[in-house]
Amino acid sequence: MDIFPETRADPRDRGGKAQPLLTVEGLTKHFPVRGGVLNRRIATVQAVDDVSFSVRKGETLGIVGESGCGKSTTARLLMRLLDPDSGNLVFDGDAVGVERGISINAMRRQMQMVFQDSYSSLNPRMTVSESIAYAPHMHGLAHKDALARAETLLGQVGLNPRQYARRYPHELSGGQRQRVNIARALALEPRLVILDEAVSALDKSVEAQVLNLLRDLKAEYSLTYLFISHDLNVVEYVSDRVLVMYLGRVVETGPVDSIYRNPRHPYTRALFASKPTLDPDRRTAEMPLTGDPPNPINPPSGCRFRTRCAFAQAVCAELVPVLAAPVDMADDEDAPHQVACHLPTAQMGGVTHHA
Amino acid sequence: MPDGNFAVPLLAVEDLTVRFKRRGTDVAAVNGVNFSLARGEVLTILGESGSGKSVSLKATMGLLPDYAQIDGKIKLDGRDILSLPRAELAKLRGSAISMIFQEPMTAFDPVYTIGEQISETIVQHEGISRADAGKRALELLERVKIPSASRRLKNYPHEMSGGMRQRAMIALALACNPSVLLADEPTTALDVTVQIQILLLLRQLQQELGMAIVFVTHDVGVAAEISDRIAVMYAGKFVETGDVRPIIRAPKHPYTRGLLNSTVHGGMRGQVLQTIPGTPPNMADPPPGCAFAPRCAHALAACVEQDPPAIFPAPGTMLRCLRAADLVPARAKETDDAQ
Repeated sequence: MDIFPETRADPRDRGGKAQPLLTVEGLTKHFPVRGGVLNRRIATVQAVDDVSFSVRKGETLGIVGESGCGKSTTARLLMRLLDPDSGNLVFDGDAVGVERGISINAMRRQMQMVFQDSYSSLNPRMTVSESIAYAPHMHGLAHKDALARAETLLGQVGLNPRQYARRYPHELSGGQRQRVNIARALALEPRLVILDEAVSALDKSVEAQVLNLLRDLKAEYSLTYLFISHDLNVVEYVSDRVLVMYLGRVVETGPVDSIYRNPRHPYTRALFASKPTLDPDRRTAEMPLTGDPPNPINPPSGCRFRTRCAFAQAVCAELVPVLAAPVDMADDEDAPHQVACHLPTAQMGGVTHHA
Repeated sequence: MPDGNFAVPLLAVEDLTVRFKRRGTDVAAVNGVNFSLARGEVLTILGESGSGKSVSLKATMGLLPDYAQIDGKIKLDGRDILSLPRAELAKLRGSAISMIFQEPMTAFDPVYTIGEQISETIVQHEGISRADAGKRALELLERVKIPSASRRLKNYPHEMSGGMRQRAMIALALACNPSVLLADEPTTALDVTVQIQILLLLRQLQQELGMAIVFVTHDVGVAAEISDRIAVMYAGKFVETGDVRPIIRAPKHPYTRGLLNSTVHGGMRGQVLQTIPGTPPNMADPPPGCAFAPRCAHALAACVEQDPPAIFPAPGTMLRCLRAADLVPARAKETDDAQ
């Protein structure tokens, strides 16, 4: 008998609602660049550098940033598709991949990923129902039952199983293939789904269909999402909290409304100002930033944005700024808005406000 | 003919159709496209993948493979360029009309420096000396605001960042002062902070040089930033054409409305996105009548029987929809629930 019928208790939930589903501490990945006759390490790509954040149960955390900012590498490190140089993962209170914690495989059962390229992430020689059934079968479900589950999942992502179950990936459109990838990610009943640019390759009318589907699935299965995208509008639409990355580091994080209405980091402001307007009478007149993001090989010392920042001063080259509450905001324990910037004037956009 | 006749549009495309017939398949990619472009005008072709927007541009530039069957007329300054012999067309390409692409890495030759490739084009078209062409190349790189231009001339394409390469490609396209620039999704592969720089650069160059631009994109926001006029393309046809403001603010065709409604923009949190049901038609087997009818909430029996003719509700606007008169021009937000 269910004593608390109003709470849909997940038997896998260990620490309760207040405990983050995933906590990431000091995640770092540097790739060596080799060259010369002895193939020695000649440089280092600091793809992800000391990244820490947590994902709360039931929320959607958006990670936004431009190419080379480390957002996709972060996703791959979380799934352990890449081994981090350092950093800890804690999944619902259990340290991952260490003694007395849970194994990487146990974590992967609860954490699944959807990639950008819907075609290359499916095996071209398997029908879509075989692809979806593969993981449950490998984890011990009888083949017949796994296929039955695959067909149920196909129906839930909006593809009629009688019509689509026996098709091969090349027989589907991009939007349909991405629905199959979502179904496959859900086949192991994960608690956290990482969506790495999952709608970026789709046409706008199809993107909207898939975003609606993701919202419905999240409610139905009480999922938590980590939503990675370069599309500022889509991240605003889906996320509860947002993490802004630049050259391998987190520059700003906070609740979506606070970040989008009141961005504090000069980079975040420039990023938002670069968004094309939908109003032909208010076209962008000035470039918010010049040049491209620098190469993450040997990034600038101190604050990595300083080379493109209009406010940069000597201190920015010397000290790495830490994430802290903005100068004009109190520390909010429940929904902290944090920014990694030394300069109060830069955080305020160069204008001093007096409340 | 530097200035030509004012009554003759700079570029006029009439009843352009393109079919790809090969190995038993017959894909009708472009099905009767008409437009004209005045000097200094920016026309954007807005559409989703497979709508035929890139194929229309490539047909205009004469870049389609031999098995493409092209019909209609493409007149540049009154001259039909489809009937020109290859050698004549090659003279026009790059000098009167030129093109920039989505992926500059594949558009450049990887084994020559940027400077060599720009000079080569100028030498070929204008027959001036290499040294003079080199000087022009330097001016061009400065014009597209590439920092330390003289050093950059000696760069190979892979040594540049994506934004720099796109600037270099624009410099190459402008090398012989074309009067028409065709731009095929030139900012799609770029980061958002770089995209806006390229859009601003194109806008500025267009005003300085008085070029006309045909800009192809799938992004409504980019179209709003750059266009004077917008043509919305679906299944190989323009379904709605007009000035940028009415198209963005009060679209009339159900497809244009659906496209604008399903585009996520700022401040839409918590709203259910209105979508266009279904997928675009397979152009190897297009539906009868209006190609959008199977996905259209307003479709009538007549829409399936008859291909809607182009109507011209106001000067400079075109609409292909049998229900145009019944559908009140509403703001994008208030329309169509797709079910």
